[in-house]
Amino acid sequence: MPSFVVTEKCDGCKGGEKTACEYICPNDLMVLDPNVMKAYNQEPDQCWECFSCVKICPTQAIEVRGYSDFVPLGSSIYPLLGTEDVMWTCKFRNGSVKRFKFPIRTTSEGEANAYEDLKGKDLQSDLLSTEEADGYQVPKPQATV
Amino acid sequence: MALPNKPKGERKAVRDPEIVEKEVDVLVVGGGMAACGAAFEVKKWADNESVLLVDKAALERSGAVAQGLSAINTYLGENTPDDYVRMVRNDLMGIVREDLIFDLGCHVDDSVHLFEEWGLPVWKKSPEGKNLDGKKGMKQGTLKEGAQPVRTGKWQIMINGESYKRIVAEAAKKAVGEDNILERVFIVELLLDKNKENQVSGAIGFSVRENKVYIIKAKTMMVACGGAVNIYQPRSVGEGKGRAWYPVWNSGSTYTLCMKVGAELSMMENRFTPARFKDGYGPVGAWFLLFKAKALNGLGENYLASDAAKKELEYYAPYGNAAITPTCLRNHLMLFEMKEGRGPIIMDTVTALEELGKTLDKKEIKHLESEAWEDFLDMTCGQANLWCATDTEPEKKNSEIMPTEPYLLGSHSGCCGLWTSGPDYDWVPDSYKIKADNGKVYNRMTTVSGLFTAGDGVGCSGHKFSSGSHSEGRIAAKQMVRYVKDHADFTPELPMSNDEIVDMIYKPVRTYLDNCEYTTADDINPNYIKPEGMMYRLMKATHEYGAGTATYYMTTDKNLEIVMDMLEVMREDCEKLAAGSLHELMRAWEIYHRIWTVESHLRHIQFRKETRYPGFYYQADYPNQDDENWFCFTNSKYDPQAQKWETFKRDCIQIIPSE
Repeated sequence: MPSFVVTEKCDGCKGGEKTACEYICPNDLMVLDPNVMKAYNQEPDQCWECFSCVKICPTQAIEVRGYSDFVPLGSSIYPLLGTEDVMWTCKFRNGSVKRFKFPIRTTSEGEANAYEDLKGKDLQSDLLSTEEADGYQVPKPQATV
Repeated sequence: MALPNKPKGERKAVRDPEIVEKEVDVLVVGGGMAACGAAFEVKKWADNESVLLVDKAALERSGAVAQGLSAINTYLGENTPDDYVRMVRNDLMGIVREDLIFDLGCHVDDSVHLFEEWGLPVWKKSPEGKNLDGKKGMKQGTLKEGAQPVRTGKWQIMINGESYKRIVAEAAKKAVGEDNILERVFIVELLLDKNKENQVSGAIGFSVRENKVYIIKAKTMMVACGGAVNIYQPRSVGEGKGRAWYPVWNSGSTYTLCMKVGAELSMMENRFTPARFKDGYGPVGAWFLLFKAKALNGLGENYLASDAAKKELEYYAPYGNAAITPTCLRNHLMLFEMKEGRGPIIMDTVTALEELGKTLDKKEIKHLESEAWEDFLDMTCGQANLWCATDTEPEKKNSEIMPTEPYLLGSHSGCCGLWTSGPDYDWVPDSYKIKADNGKVYNRMTTVSGLFTAGDGVGCSGHKFSSGSHSEGRIAAKQMVRYVKDHADFTPELPMSNDEIVDMIYKPVRTYLDNCEYTTADDINPNYIKPEGMMYRLMKATHEYGAGTATYYMTTDKNLEIVMDMLEVMREDCEKLAAGSLHELMRAWEIYHRIWTVESHLRHIQFRKETRYPGFYYQADYPNQDDENWFCFTNSKYDPQAQKWETFKRDCIQIIPSE
C-alpha cells in the first residue's frame, strides 16, 4: 500500500532544512526532487504503509493507495494527527464512510519526564535507575528445580 | 549515440566519501525500543563517560513500533516472573533461557510505568468492569498506583498506541541528549580490537544522506537493530511485498554484525510465521482474545475444537496440551486443515460480534466496533484499508487468516539471536554466565567482550515484545557503563586503516562507477548485480529450498544442502554488488546482512535433527521432536580469523519448576 504525493499539494517543505517526509520515513523511501521541489516515494514496493509520512506532512499532500497486487481500487483511509488525538476517515469502496477518533498521548509534546537529574547509586546492583529510586526489590524465583 | 545511463536515486554516491571519525565510551547501534531503553538509562549511571546512539532511520519513527501498537504484550502486573517463565517456556517448546526470561519479567513493568507517565494512553477498567480508553481511563489513576488495565490475555494490556514510539523516543532523546544521536547512519560492520583478543573496538558505516563514512571507536557497544524481514519470498510479490508483518527495514543487521566478529548465536533455527489476516497482515490477537472470535475451516467447522486437533496436540505433550497452545502448534493445526483441502481458514468476526452484542447496549456496541478498527489503525493501517477496499464490515463479513512467510526475531513469539550472559544471581547456572577478561559477569553481554545486545538480538528468550525490549536495553545500558568503568585503561584500536575501511564500505559504489558505462541500462550489466536482483535471488532460494511457503514450510537434508551451496555463491556474488546512489548502497549492505543471517538460520536447521517447531518449519527427514538428543540449545560460532563455522550443542537447564 505505497504512499504517493499529490503534485499540487506538495511544496517541497518550502526548501527548508528538513523535508518532513524524507526526514521521517523509516525505510528511506521518501525523497525530494530538488529540480521540481516535490517529494516522491522512490521504492513503492518497500513501503510498509506505516503512514509516518502521511501523518507528518505539513500540507497533507501525502496519501496511500492500496497495494496493486491485492487491494481493489476505490477506498482510502486518512489520518489527521493532532496533539492529543488522531482522527481517521475510512472510506469504503461502496462509498460508505466511517470516522474514528483515538487518543494518542496524555501529556503535551516535549513533556515526557526523562528523569534527566536522576543519578543511579549502586552500579553493582541489578536495579534500573527508577527502580532503585522507588526502593524496588528484585524478586527471586519462588522455587527452583 | 550513447544512451543516457544515470543512476537512480536523488543522492548520487561518489567514489571517495568524506571520513568522519569518532571515539566514545559507550555506543548504541539501533533506534528501536531496545535502543531507546538504553538511551534513557545510560546517563543515569555514566559520569563522564561519553555516549553515542547511531540509528539507520529517525528515532521518532524507527524500529518495529514506528507505526504504533494497539497493545503492550508484556506487562506482568499481578502475575509473577515465575509464571512468565512458564508461559514463554511452553510457547517455545521448552528450550529457553529461563534466567533471561525471569530477569526480564522482574524489570519490564518499570518501563511500562514510565511509558504511561510519559503520556502513553493506557486503557483501564472502570469500577463497574467497563473498558475505558486511555484518555477516559486517566481518572482511574495510573498502573503504578494500582489502576486496573484492560487485559486481553494474562500478559497483554490494551493501549491507544499510535504515538507509542514517538513518546518513547522523546524520553530517550531528552535523556541521552540530541547531540549524542546520529540519525541516518547505517552501521555495516563491527571491528575487533587490534591488540586485545575477542574485544569489540569499533563500528563502521555510512550516512544515507551525505557521502560520508563513519568510523566510530568505542570501548563497549550494544547492537540492537531488530530482526530479519524479507528473507523469504513473501506471499505478495508485487508492491505488496512491502506489507511484511514485521518491519520491512529489519535486515538481519543485529545477527550479521555480531556473528561476523565471532559472537555466538543460539537457536537461529527458530523462526516465526505468524497467522494473520490474509494479505493485510492485521493483528488477530484482539479478535481471538478480546472479541472471543473462533477460527473456522473452509467447511465452517471450528477445527481447533475437533477430536483430531486435540489428539494432534496430545502428541506434542506437555507443550501441546497446556492451557495455552503454543503458537507454532496453532499454525500446525491450521496448516493441517489447509493441506487436507479444508481451507481457507476464516476468522468468524460476524458471530463473535453478534455474541458480544447480546449483552451490550447500542453505545457499547459502537464502542466495540471502534475498538476493532483501532486495533488495525494503530498498528497495521493497511489492513483497515483492505477492509474498506473489500467492503468488509466485520459484523457483516468474515475475513480470511493465513500463516505468513518466515521471519527471524527474538522479541516476539520467536527466540533466535545471540547467546548472551544472564544476570549474576546465585540461582543462575554457571553455564549461563559469560565471564569477561576480568572474571566478572555482565548481564546481556555476548561472547565477544564489550559487545552487548537486547530486544530481537538476545536469543532463547522470546515474548519480550515492545516493553520487554525497552527494559532489556536499559539492563544492557547499565552493564555497559559498568563495563567501561571496569576497563578504564582500555583504549580501542582498530585493526584496519581508514582507507581499507572506505574501500570496503564503498566497494559497491566503485563497482558501479567502474562498470556502469558498459551497458545502456544500468540495472543490467554482466560485471555487477544490483541489490534488488540479489534480494529476489535470496527470496527464491529460501522459498523453494529453505522451508518457505512454497513447500508448506517443509525442508529436507538434500534441500538444505542445495540452498547452502546457493548461499555460498550469493556471498561470492555480493563482492560484485553495485550501488549508484546512497539509498542503493544501503540496500546493498542490507541484502548482504540478510544473506549472512539466512545462512545461519539454515545452518542451524541443518544441525538440529528433529522438528522442534511444527507449524514454523518441518525437517521432513526428522519429522518428530526428539527430546533425548535435542532437548538442548543449538549454538554456532563463526571464527573471523579462520573464516570457519562451528555448530554445537549447549545444555538447556530448567530452573523454574513446572506447576
